[in-house]
Amino acid sequence: MKLFKLFSKPQSAPAARERLQVLLAHERASAAGSDLVAKLRDEIVRVISRHMHIEQDKVSVKMERGDKVSTLAVDVEIPFNAAKAAAARKKAA
Amino acid sequence: MGKVIVVTSGKGGVGKTTSSAALGAALAQNGEKVVVVDFDVGLRNLDLVMGAERRVVYDLVNVIQGEAKLTQALIRDKRVETLYLLPASQTRDKENLTPEGVEKVIAALKKAFDWVICDSPAGIERGATLAMRHADVAIVVTNPEVSSVRDSDRIIGLLDSKTLKAESGERMEKHLLLTRYDPARAERGDMLKVDDVLEILSIPLLGIIPESMDVLRASNLGSPVTLADEGSAPARAYFDAVRRLKGEALPVTVPGEKRGFFGKFFGRKAA
Repeated sequence: MKLFKLFSKPQSAPAARERLQVLLAHERASAAGSDLVAKLRDEIVRVISRHMHIEQDKVSVKMERGDKVSTLAVDVEIPFNAAKAAAARKKAA
Repeated sequence: MGKVIVVTSGKGGVGKTTSSAALGAALAQNGEKVVVVDFDVGLRNLDLVMGAERRVVYDLVNVIQGEAKLTQALIRDKRVETLYLLPASQTRDKENLTPEGVEKVIAALKKAFDWVICDSPAGIERGATLAMRHADVAIVVTNPEVSSVRDSDRIIGLLDSKTLKAESGERMEKHLLLTRYDPARAERGDMLKVDDVLEILSIPLLGIIPESMDVLRASNLGSPVTLADEGSAPARAYFDAVRRLKGEALPVTVPGEKRGFFGKFFGRKAA
């Protein structure tokens, strides 16, 4: 048996198995993650809207997965007027 | 009330239609009343595999659109009298497949049949999601090959989130049907082993269908393999799968693993 293996090409199935395990672990996490990002986005919009007027579609929430840590980037575009109005409201209070 | 089964895979060409026909026929050969429904609107093939391509008058879309009655569209098999086929439309757009229409048809079929087998199209679009929508049980057809396993994983995710069962908080019963399994290649270490696929997908095994000329022969003849050659290895594997589907605790034997030392040696050489 061993002699046979010596002359044949190395087995490819173990590589297939390993690649799949790594890939699917990643894909399953990101499938679950996309839901999380949507939820985060919703709540972030709600919190900011309490203090100033912002456009729904001017908020971007991105999750990037690294090897050891993931980063969450929140990008909110605030219209000039909204920022001023919020500041004025604070002063009045 | 009949049981609704979806035969699905994500990837195309893995054996969904062949398996739908063979499982449906095998159930009917056991005396159960079965209908096999083709959801692949635009690319129907179940009629061809079951040898009924020249008998299609009305189809699923006609029924949904109210242009034909369900009884007019159902085609009774000429060999097994409890086996019926509901073909898909070849000419219509798949947009004609409406969720409400599908719901009505499935509800009617459930009343009249013991088993409603939904042959899903490949992909994860409308046809595929509608085919799985009303299922009680899912059969995930997978080849021991990386792209098929990956797509099956994706489909399992959809089965657990986009079906009526999942949405109502119930657990969707899922089974793996491993098709085109080649024992010689698995032994050489060049094909994912049964245990590898099971470990990765982690759903119970319904059966292993060996790669076989008999499957191609059967489809050439327009006959489910369980009817074309009852004694062939793939037919026996489908009959066993059906027994498990009906709840029997029948152990699965991996093709090629029963051979002795000499069998292995010569089997390998022959491959």
